[in-house]
Amino acid sequence: MIHLPVALVVIPLLGAAVCVLFRRSFIAWTVALAAAWSGFAISILIAVYIMKIGTLSYSIGGWPPPWGIAYHIDYLNSFVLLIVSGIAAVVMPYARTSVNYEIEEDSQAYFYCLLLICLAGLLGITVTGDAFNMYVFLELSSLSSYALIGMGKRRRALTAAYQYLVMGTIGATFLLIGIGLLYNLTGTLNIHDLAHQLAVNNIIGSHNRTLLTAFAFIIVGLSLKLALFPLHLWLPNAYTYAPSVATIFLASTATKVAVYMLLRFCFTILSGGFIFKLTLGKILLIPALAAILIASMVAIFQYDIKRMLAYSSVAQIGYMILGISLATPLGLSAGILHLFNHALMKGLLFMVMGAVNYRIGAVYLNDFRGLGRTMPWTMAAFVVGGMSLMGIPLTAGFISKWYLVQAALEKGWWPVAALILIGSLLAVIYIWRVVETAYFNPAQEMEAESSGEAPLSLLLPMWLLVLANIYFGIDSSIPVELAGRAATLLLGGAS
Amino acid sequence: MNWVGHYNYWVVIFLMMSGFYVVISRGNMIKKLLGLNIFSTSVFLLYISMGKIHGGTAPILTDNPNQVYSNPLPHVLILTAIVVGVATTAVGLALVVRIQERYGTIEEDEIRAKDDSL
Amino acid sequence: MSTYVLIELAILIPACGALFIAASSRIPNLREGVTIATAASLLAVVAALYNRADLFTLPPIVLAQPLRGLELQLSAEPLGLLFAGIASLLWLITSVYTISYMRSNNESHHTRLYVCFAIALASTMGIAFSGNLITLFLFYESLTLSTYPLVTHKQDYDAIAGGRYYLGILISTSVGLLLPAIIWTWHATGTTTFNAGGILSGHIGNGGVIVLLLLYAFGIGKAALMPIHRWLPEAMVAPTPVSALLHAVAVVKAGVFCMVKVLLYVFGADMLLDCGGNNILVALAAFTIIAASLIALKQDNLKRRLAYSTVSQLSYITMAAAILTPLSVKGAVFHIAAHAFGKITLFFGAGAIYTAAHKTKVSELGGIGRRMPWTMGAFAVACLSMIGLPPAAGMLSKWFIMQGAFAADNLPVVGVLLLSTLLNASYFVPIVYTAFFKPDTTNHRHGEAPWPMVVALCATALLTVALFIWPQIPLNLAAQLPVKGG
Repeated sequence: MIHLPVALVVIPLLGAAVCVLFRRSFIAWTVALAAAWSGFAISILIAVYIMKIGTLSYSIGGWPPPWGIAYHIDYLNSFVLLIVSGIAAVVMPYARTSVNYEIEEDSQAYFYCLLLICLAGLLGITVTGDAFNMYVFLELSSLSSYALIGMGKRRRALTAAYQYLVMGTIGATFLLIGIGLLYNLTGTLNIHDLAHQLAVNNIIGSHNRTLLTAFAFIIVGLSLKLALFPLHLWLPNAYTYAPSVATIFLASTATKVAVYMLLRFCFTILSGGFIFKLTLGKILLIPALAAILIASMVAIFQYDIKRMLAYSSVAQIGYMILGISLATPLGLSAGILHLFNHALMKGLLFMVMGAVNYRIGAVYLNDFRGLGRTMPWTMAAFVVGGMSLMGIPLTAGFISKWYLVQAALEKGWWPVAALILIGSLLAVIYIWRVVETAYFNPAQEMEAESSGEAPLSLLLPMWLLVLANIYFGIDSSIPVELAGRAATLLLGGAS
Repeated sequence: MNWVGHYNYWVVIFLMMSGFYVVISRGNMIKKLLGLNIFSTSVFLLYISMGKIHGGTAPILTDNPNQVYSNPLPHVLILTAIVVGVATTAVGLALVVRIQERYGTIEEDEIRAKDDSL
Repeated sequence: MSTYVLIELAILIPACGALFIAASSRIPNLREGVTIATAASLLAVVAALYNRADLFTLPPIVLAQPLRGLELQLSAEPLGLLFAGIASLLWLITSVYTISYMRSNNESHHTRLYVCFAIALASTMGIAFSGNLITLFLFYESLTLSTYPLVTHKQDYDAIAGGRYYLGILISTSVGLLLPAIIWTWHATGTTTFNAGGILSGHIGNGGVIVLLLLYAFGIGKAALMPIHRWLPEAMVAPTPVSALLHAVAVVKAGVFCMVKVLLYVFGADMLLDCGGNNILVALAAFTIIAASLIALKQDNLKRRLAYSTVSQLSYITMAAAILTPLSVKGAVFHIAAHAFGKITLFFGAGAIYTAAHKTKVSELGGIGRRMPWTMGAFAVACLSMIGLPPAAGMLSKWFIMQGAFAADNLPVVGVLLLSTLLNASYFVPIVYTAFFKPDTTNHRHGEAPWPMVVALCATALLTVALFIWPQIPLNLAAQLPVKGG
């Protein structure tokens, strides 16, 4: 039990090494699958432990915090851990068929290796209780995701990866500066010790300029990583040209973990999110609303559906940040809940893209003609994912939208609530374009023969997420409970 | 406030801004990576000068209990950051090599022109 | 069988029917047989529900609970039962008509049409029996979505353009106005469960009531209150049976049903009367009645004329319900039934004319009454009902509405009713006159439409007359609604 947190990081890292050693794609896939599933199992164990007993701390090498690196897991981490490892566990079975189709045989092992490194990085960010360690893991996951994106078939994947690399590195460097300034102020890197030192030495109350500068750097850096509008420019290209599996995995985990970091820095270190109450809430509110509206509108005019979904991701990130920027228990839990629900729906939708790409070879709007007939299960999955994205009742997306609107109303921000609904309407439009093309436009003659339903290995993980989307729309007690507790914990210092 | 005394910070800011400027203004992908390196190096300097204490020696245990020594932690941290920076540069250069292979150029505007012409 | 099971069956039967229809797509006779059997068993279930004494006193059925305090509920009340009864009865008749229409006009994609019809009916039943606003909203949206393939059935440019209009207006008003209204209601009261006498009273100020009422009034786009009425004429690109059942009965009646339900079970009659908010709705509806009638006068396309007549007649129901006196609510409820039977006859007639003579314009109908005496006879009866003359059901509803208006001393409403009667007469009488007394202009030899269609439209015309003679069932149900003094 006691070594579980570190196993979470070590298993995928070792798995990555094994992948490279054997260089055989089947072995690499098996290793990746095993690593992902054991990671998920460990996350569930940790979540159960935390629900029953309470927070879990682990000191690496036995060095006690604040000197050694400590892993510290509470409700928030364990929820994010479940999201990340759960998505990885669902993606891996899917990966085999899709990767066989999209990646050349001799680089498949490297693909799995990179995927595992990325997973290790993301899980590492989530478990660690040390600010600098977070930066290292963030770069670990980012570096591997640059390479993953660069493995896309089209040459634009390379420029997309390069663009992401430049922007991502700037973001990470900003984060590094911020962490350095925090260390300068307090002499510690342990997150809880940071919070303690800031509070004890009354640095928070004194409007310390170094503190504000540090957070300015941290928030801009993280906003780059989580693709908050208008710092999202790397995201549409990266998601569009990356291999399908990489897109599924990154879209449903990488930005979520960056949001998690934002929560950790702004709420745990600055206990109770005082900076949000100061000005940051309103500063972040505007880009969040702009993301919802502008990115949704841009999504409507995209003909590459993967790109459309990428813009929709930018909009959905806006929803998360919107919830967080309210800095109320309800708003925070809505934001955290949307982390989870968005991972479910975007994972599902990108899986559909992977399956369509597998059969048709591209995902332009025109390629969807007649797919309602030739790929009924795949398109049905798209419809469910789309409904979840719109926030139709009985799907997971509804729950978080409902909480978000409630949170906005609770503050009396009517226009914000209205904008959330307008965002949903825009989602209706861009999803509907695809549904209409798939179901009501006749198929092209040439393609009708070549295509058929996607293979079972793609359909099963996809439908697992479909069921998850519906299940968590009907019985949302588990995520709502976890998100609620996490939000209370984050705001705990305020009361 | 002592403006001149903080000259190390001025150097950091100058490096950071010039690196950032190169990243923004240059269209050549190698030059962009160079700019990125200068940009991150400035942060290394920031960390290193943070740990330095005037008159302090290397943090080695000596007989003198009142020995002033520099804080080793930022220096160790920055070793890690340097490794990360090297890895980033490596990935970036690898990407640039592949871009050169597929596009035949590493100038951003030419690449954009080739993408648009498709 | 318990009452609960019956209510669930009312939704499950058409839903499962849709599956069976899809499964039997290769054997047309079996598929059509399944359609009729599904419609008949649905009617039987609703009739059985009517005979349950305990129906209106049962606590709601909770289907699911996505969030604490936010449930999916089903429950029955008099208005919903009446709506379900009308829809299921007319579905059966329409099925007979549709089968004949589709075969005679060589339409394509039969299976999709029947499947979507069944899903639309399942959604309609869901609306009729929903126990709270969220459930209502869910089924409301699924009704919109399931009818879209029906509206765009022909798949040509016009159909898709009309369909986009249809979908665009209905979805954007419901998500943009109705959903915020529901959320507001939930935010103010902590519940969305329908309750006789309203749930809002004491939770919201007078200004809030008016804004919320407007949100609901325009958010329920299916009630076609001007200016949110354009989807209805646009939806006339659909095949005639679709227009008949959906745009004379299921969809538009779902709209006014929601409106009446919101007025009585969310706001509550007392609260609205106290703050006078209902007068705004009365004025809006009165305007719609007159304006839509004026537009209808100028339409030469028969179906479009009928569509604008529908817009106008729907506002009768909204207006009568908004007057909120026991008699006028009774009139509103009765008009739901009377208008359904009358308007479906008119659409059936238009479809029969199209099938037999391939004509769509009023001006082309010269002398058609002599070739198609049954069709045009039934059409004339339905016109009487629309105008409000005996021996047709429309007369009774106008009577009650008029009585209600007098009881509330609302003389402008009486004026509107009289004026609109004149207008109704002036756009319906010319059709009948042209059909019977104008010289025959066509040289195309044709007689009546196929007999199942004629039987269906005569049946609905007879129902219109029967409802005039035996109005007990709808009046009985209307009497049980929670209105002040009623």
